[in-house]
Amino acid sequence: MAEKKQLRIATRNSGFIDPENIDSYIAAGGYLGLAKCLGEMTPDQVIETMKASGIRGRGGAGFPTGVKWGFASKYASDDKYVVCNADEGDPGAFMDRAILEGDPHSVLEAMAIGAYAIGGNKGTIYIRAEYPMAIERLKIAIKQAEEKGVIGKNIMGTDFSFDLDIKYGAGAFVCGEETALINSMEGNRGEPYTKPPFPAEAGYWDKPTIVNNVETLASIPAIIVKGAEWFNGIGTETSKGTKVFALAGKINNVGLIEVPMGITLQEVIMEVGGGVRDGKEFKAVQTGGPSGGALTYKDLDVKIDYESLVACQSMMGSGGMIVMDQDDCMVSIAKFFVEFTMEETCGKCTPCRIGSKRIYEALDKITMGQGSLEDIEKLKQMSNAIKDTALCGLGQTMPNPVLSTMRVFEDEYTAHVVDKKCPAGVCSDLLEFVVVDDKCVGCTLCKRVCPVDCISGNAKEIHVIDQAACIKCGACLDKCKFDAIIKQ
Amino acid sequence: MAKINTIAELKKLREDLQGAAQANAGKPLVNVSLATCSVASGGRDVMAAMKEETAALGLDVEFVQSGCMTFCFAEPTVVVTLPGKDPVTFGYLDAEKAKTLVQKYIKDGELVDGVIPVGYERIVL
Ligand SMILES: Cc1cc2nc3c(=O)[nH]c(=O)nc-3n(C[C@H](O)[C@H](O)[C@H](O)COP(=O)(O)O)c2cc1C
Ligand code: SF4
Ligand code: SF4
Ligand code: SF4
Ligand code: FES
Repeated sequence: MAEKKQLRIATRNSGFIDPENIDSYIAAGGYLGLAKCLGEMTPDQVIETMKASGIRGRGGAGFPTGVKWGFASKYASDDKYVVCNADEGDPGAFMDRAILEGDPHSVLEAMAIGAYAIGGNKGTIYIRAEYPMAIERLKIAIKQAEEKGVIGKNIMGTDFSFDLDIKYGAGAFVCGEETALINSMEGNRGEPYTKPPFPAEAGYWDKPTIVNNVETLASIPAIIVKGAEWFNGIGTETSKGTKVFALAGKINNVGLIEVPMGITLQEVIMEVGGGVRDGKEFKAVQTGGPSGGALTYKDLDVKIDYESLVACQSMMGSGGMIVMDQDDCMVSIAKFFVEFTMEETCGKCTPCRIGSKRIYEALDKITMGQGSLEDIEKLKQMSNAIKDTALCGLGQTMPNPVLSTMRVFEDEYTAHVVDKKCPAGVCSDLLEFVVVDDKCVGCTLCKRVCPVDCISGNAKEIHVIDQAACIKCGACLDKCKFDAIIKQ
Repeated sequence: MAKINTIAELKKLREDLQGAAQANAGKPLVNVSLATCSVASGGRDVMAAMKEETAALGLDVEFVQSGCMTFCFAEPTVVVTLPGKDPVTFGYLDAEKAKTLVQKYIKDGELVDGVIPVGYERIVL
């Protein structure tokens, strides 16, 4: 790659420093951002810097961080909280885990900066218990930071104090939603509640609380040290800085990337990601996980930023990117994500609890070849109704995978219900295994391997598959040495 | 661990640490990625094999562990910095290949397979 497409800000230290040794972080410029805030800036100046940098939340919603901090700073209270959202429940996403495992201090430092800015002194990291290595390294980091005096009482000899603890989530997707997260931290059921009041006014224990994502936080010390203008100069008009993505699925370079906002999908998939695996055709990429949608081969020129992704019925989300090729069926993909949300719905509100089930059933019916055009219409109606009526982001975004796949691949849905075919050859109920007459030499191998004895034919004669009895196991196709059996 | 009592002390500590790193730059440095994904693909075995091999060859090599190097597709990965040279990232390692890496690249500066081109610019504070 001639030109370097990636720019590492949030992941600047991961892979370079020893995450279990605070000196390693300090040698890399660690805690200089906090020192600058405490020594040279008023809390208002810190907030102004955050606003001027243009940074928006990396946890999914993309709310301007400086504005959020500004709200929390306005409310008077004895206690104010900074919460790090390290729940990361989006299937296929592992950016936050990597940052915490590779550079935990950057998150601690940013939390202290946030607390100073809003006039708070307590912080909590909410992390899923499935991340043992990240938890271990966070514990080590907190202990070392306290011993060094960069966290705790009278940080670096100033009169600012900041205490930190860790709370563990049990791995429910909805607990990443900030109000459910607050409920969970208080020991209640992890159910969302209606906003307002927003956490910035009344959050954890009803105190002003800022909830920020791991990646958002990890970028902050760099913004403070290098300045708002530097950060603001990277990215697009509305989306500043960089975004970390976790590339997964049918892509050559599975892994993490951090790229400037405004990079095109083409560059991400074909250049940074090394292209689609096995030289296959790029079909689509699911961004934003179960809340997001599919960007397709038609969107390769789209510049990745918050607004452009929404215009494609997708969303930035937290950064999972699951790449799909010609062999993936878009209806099945939509079904996979809806099944995930159906299992993760908290059940508090009807549109999401029942709607997810109904959408799943409709998709299931379609993939089994029992759907009709009417089902497709119903899917659209239900999807739009749920978007408008669900209580929290989980329900409101749950139909996105359906709507976004229909946007470009409606013909694939139609093929399932009208022609009863799955163009990608995934939906097994719609497949037929057939013998190609002029290739079959009558070796009888397939007949012998078929578990339900539905292949007939004598030696040296063309064999025939009884479609009504075939259970579509694919054993015959694997066995035939003459490529005489195809799936269609 | 000594407490940092003023902001000036933090800055001093940073300079001292950078100075110490400079003083150590005469030694080959091996940085092994040990995040969940690297450990799962055998990162710890690679580190052990390299330590064993450097000891067997009597080489003086500094080892550090770090987090995710972002190259899931090529784990386990290590970055080797030979004195006076740019760091080189090696991927797709196992214990056997790790030993060869020590014998060839660390000992004689001779490149081995598995070099991963680095397509990023990194912000340094
Ligand atoms: C269903 C659902 C799941 C979410 N999961 C996460 C998560 O795992 N991590 C996260 O940072 N934000 C998650 N969010 C977004 C949070 O509600 C919140 O907007 C975010 O933590 C704010 O931080 P930011 O402004 O730094 O992005 C989720 C939202 C919804 C609706
Ligand atoms: S939208 Fe779904 S997850 Fe959110 S409150 Fe309603 S039922 Fe619960
Ligand atoms: S295995 Fe292939 S060639 Fe042999 S009988 Fe079956 S279809 Fe024909
Ligand atoms: S797919 Fe399975 S059940 Fe159908 S004909 Fe082949 S071997 Fe028999
Ligand atoms: S998660 Fe870091 S290399 Fe895979």
